[in-house]
Amino acid sequence: MKKISNKLINWIDERYDLTPVRNLLQHKKVPMHRHSVWYYMGGVTLFLFMVQLFTGILLLLYYRPGEDSAFESVRFIVTEVKFGWLIRNVHSWSANLLVFFAFIHMFSVFFSKAYEKPRELTWVTGFIILVFTLAFGFSGYLLPWNELAFFATKVGTDIVGVLPLVGEPLKVLLRGGEDVTGATLSRFFGIHVAILPAIFSFFLALHLIFIQRQGMHEPEKFKNLPEEKKKYIPFFPDFALKDLLLWVVVFNILIFLALYFPWELGNKADAFAPAPKGIRPEWYFMFMFQSLKFLPPHLWFIEGELFGVIAFGLIGLVWMLIPYIKIKNRQNWKYQPLTILGVVAVVFIFIMTILGYIL
Amino acid sequence: MKLDRRKFLNMLLGIGGIGGIVSIIYPIVSFLNPPKSAEPKVNSLKAGLNSDFPENTSKILKFGRKPVILIKTGKDQYKALSASCTHLDCIVQYKQDTKQIWCACHNGLYDLNGRNVSGPPPKPLEEYDVKLIKEEIVVTKLG
Repeated sequence: MKKISNKLINWIDERYDLTPVRNLLQHKKVPMHRHSVWYYMGGVTLFLFMVQLFTGILLLLYYRPGEDSAFESVRFIVTEVKFGWLIRNVHSWSANLLVFFAFIHMFSVFFSKAYEKPRELTWVTGFIILVFTLAFGFSGYLLPWNELAFFATKVGTDIVGVLPLVGEPLKVLLRGGEDVTGATLSRFFGIHVAILPAIFSFFLALHLIFIQRQGMHEPEKFKNLPEEKKKYIPFFPDFALKDLLLWVVVFNILIFLALYFPWELGNKADAFAPAPKGIRPEWYFMFMFQSLKFLPPHLWFIEGELFGVIAFGLIGLVWMLIPYIKIKNRQNWKYQPLTILGVVAVVFIFIMTILGYIL
Repeated sequence: MKLDRRKFLNMLLGIGGIGGIVSIIYPIVSFLNPPKSAEPKVNSLKAGLNSDFPENTSKILKFGRKPVILIKTGKDQYKALSASCTHLDCIVQYKQDTKQIWCACHNGLYDLNGRNVSGPPPKPLEEYDVKLIKEEIVVTKLG
């Protein structure tokens, strides 16, 4: 067996020269320190993305977009198709865990300042991936065509409409018409299964290539240690195996959640029924949703909604460009301004999310 | 002389290139923009018999493609308002206990005249005219 694989590798090596791959596998190393645990978060996110890809393709075999078929086909998947309920639950749960780990990954990178030179573009591509992840969540939420999804999409796309000038055309473009209808569903389906995967894969590939080229980030404290005190483990096989072990753990948690907390399908969307009580977006949009709720109809001279949308847009832009923002670090400051900003962001998201569920 | 010729050709190539790109992008953008479907023009709608409609209840009517909420406020008394919340387009409902119109999405409240009373709605709900013609409820667009 080993002989055959060696032969195969030699065959390829002779033709395509595998030196770069061999170098990477042999020389890549991972620093070991108190905060090494955060190195695993990106890997977990990547793993969950692969689960999404796989279960998504499976669901695609039975799902039929359309006002008269979407809800029915999802019901068919969860009631008739063998293990259809499992595949759908795994897809829904994995989506949620994916967003969760992506956020953890982002904040751990933020607080360890791993975005600093030379890794600015890794941060920027990571942020773009996160935005597309949220777009995946938003577009996928509508696909079962149930009440909650219908109104969440109405609200979500209507918010786009408050933007001056471009808002209205953009809303029509997203909805495929004036209102949320079957045309919107077709569009979201196309976006969810074709457009987003294509763009997402491109930025994900860039993100991963950047990481492989530059190696793991070392925190300030670790970098300042004398050479002999720096501990590393080889990426291959040590770190990769640990990664794999964690993936197995996460996979088990995922299956547990999918088995014991099935995702409800709810009632079919009806364009002429009042919005049901307790309507809310997915939890990862909750903090924005709740903030918009707190805004009065008018703020100074602009509409409250518009103010909220512009504010979140600007904050997002600043967040993406964090690596390029230089604030002089004074010696007498106990905490750096950016760290405080990060803490404020986390606390804000946390409180708003909780308020969204209890109010 | 030679350089000028090159410049000239590059310019031609550039203009041609831009034209080429535009001729590709324009159809794509137009394709993405959905065609306007002919909106069925509805000016009035029969909404059933007065005697079949219990007091202090409501129903949502399909007024063309727009939802309209019809509320029976008292004996032979009706109110008809646009059912699309002016905040973010959710469909409102009638609250029987407080006799108000409520949007579940962001807790917007309107009174029975469609005036936005509290919560985020920026504008009142558009009002429709209701007449009883021989026991039949007829809802008509105003203006």
